[in-house]
Amino acid sequence: MSDTTRAYPRESLSAHPPNDAPAYASTRLRAPRQPLVILPHTLTELTGPVYGHESAAPGESDLTAGHAGPPLGERIVVTGRVLDEDGRPVPHTLIEIWQANSAGRYIHVNDRHDAPIDPNFTGAGRVVTDESGGYAFTTIKPGAYPWRNHHNAWRPAHIHFSLFGPSFVSRLVTQMYFPGDPLLGLDPIYQSIPDPRARERLISSFDIETTTPEWALGYRFDIVLRGRGATPMEDPHHG
Amino acid sequence: MAERGVTPSQTVGPFFAYCLTPEAYDARGIAGNEIATPDAPGRRIHVEGRVLDGAGEPVPDAMVEIWQADGEGRYADAAGNAAFRGFARAETDVDGRFVFVTVKPGPVPGHDGVSQAPHIAVSVFARGLLNRLATRIYFDDEPANSGDPVLALVPAERRDTLIARREAEGVYAFDVRLQGEGETVFFEI
Repeated sequence: MSDTTRAYPRESLSAHPPNDAPAYASTRLRAPRQPLVILPHTLTELTGPVYGHESAAPGESDLTAGHAGPPLGERIVVTGRVLDEDGRPVPHTLIEIWQANSAGRYIHVNDRHDAPIDPNFTGAGRVVTDESGGYAFTTIKPGAYPWRNHHNAWRPAHIHFSLFGPSFVSRLVTQMYFPGDPLLGLDPIYQSIPDPRARERLISSFDIETTTPEWALGYRFDIVLRGRGATPMEDPHHG
Repeated sequence: MAERGVTPSQTVGPFFAYCLTPEAYDARGIAGNEIATPDAPGRRIHVEGRVLDGAGEPVPDAMVEIWQADGEGRYADAAGNAAFRGFARAETDVDGRFVFVTVKPGPVPGHDGVSQAPHIAVSVFARGLLNRLATRIYFDDEPANSGDPVLALVPAERRDTLIARREAEGVYAFDVRLQGEGETVFFEI
């Protein structure tokens, strides 16, 4: 396949984990064994769903609101920008997040971890990036929790992020971690990313500028989506 | 401008439903499994299938997303079309089943003036999938498949993993096999 039919460079994909990561047990029966077939980027890949401001209600970026009372835990503001790998902001992109409560328990019916459910915390939020690709969520710091991947396995505290970007190609689901977490070095999901520099992009940074006095600690988390190459492909006519 | 590496992918994990497919939690999602209102051009169809793992067991905690052109081969764009967003999302049930209520897409342009046969772009997410898996759904009653440039890239013996079978009028079956015998062809996009 000639590179002229790929608008988004292949090299960017090296940041991602391999599908088969034996230390993460659930990949063993779920990771494909056959090689992926390399696709040209056609109109199918270069277009994608557009969810604008109507898709997120104003209150949906505040996960601490909307319940009878305030949730338990350490209140935080998570803010950052969504950019592409050429440094261009990605405005109007929908971000969905979900997370455990401060005790490390998800509201999901299948979460059997013996930690309390917080009636004042659901843990799902939504926001659309502004003109400069910026976003902000107000939430609480999620707790670590045990999982049965291996003996004494604990997931580091994390927030799941889902983003669309401008095309089918740019769709991304990832996880944000917290700086200085001793569990990161032991976590097969985090460690599945081969390049240590790429791995570190998933760690937010504590940010005293975002930290709101007497109210919430601030963390910055910038997200970089794939960007179109400098040499654009022939643009298929949008019929 | 400074080069920046892309943010690596991570799994959705097992607990995404109350955010991404939250109807069971009485919450509003951004998309369900129905792609279009009855006003959208095209023939209404159901695409039904299962997500299966390498042992042939159902995957009850997967999410399948689809993106497609409408019945006239047009993708939704930023200008917006309330009747047709072109995108839908479904979680699998305890038997690994998913259903989409959609329209049969029309042919869309490929490269060098070659048209692509009607198809649906698919992403599969689940615990154990560190990256979403991308595949395509084609239709077994489409003569245009034989000239499709993407199907032509797929080894002939694996091509049928991308082709939905017509089960009844307006009903197509398409299973996703993540691993092993009959493994679905997944694409690097």
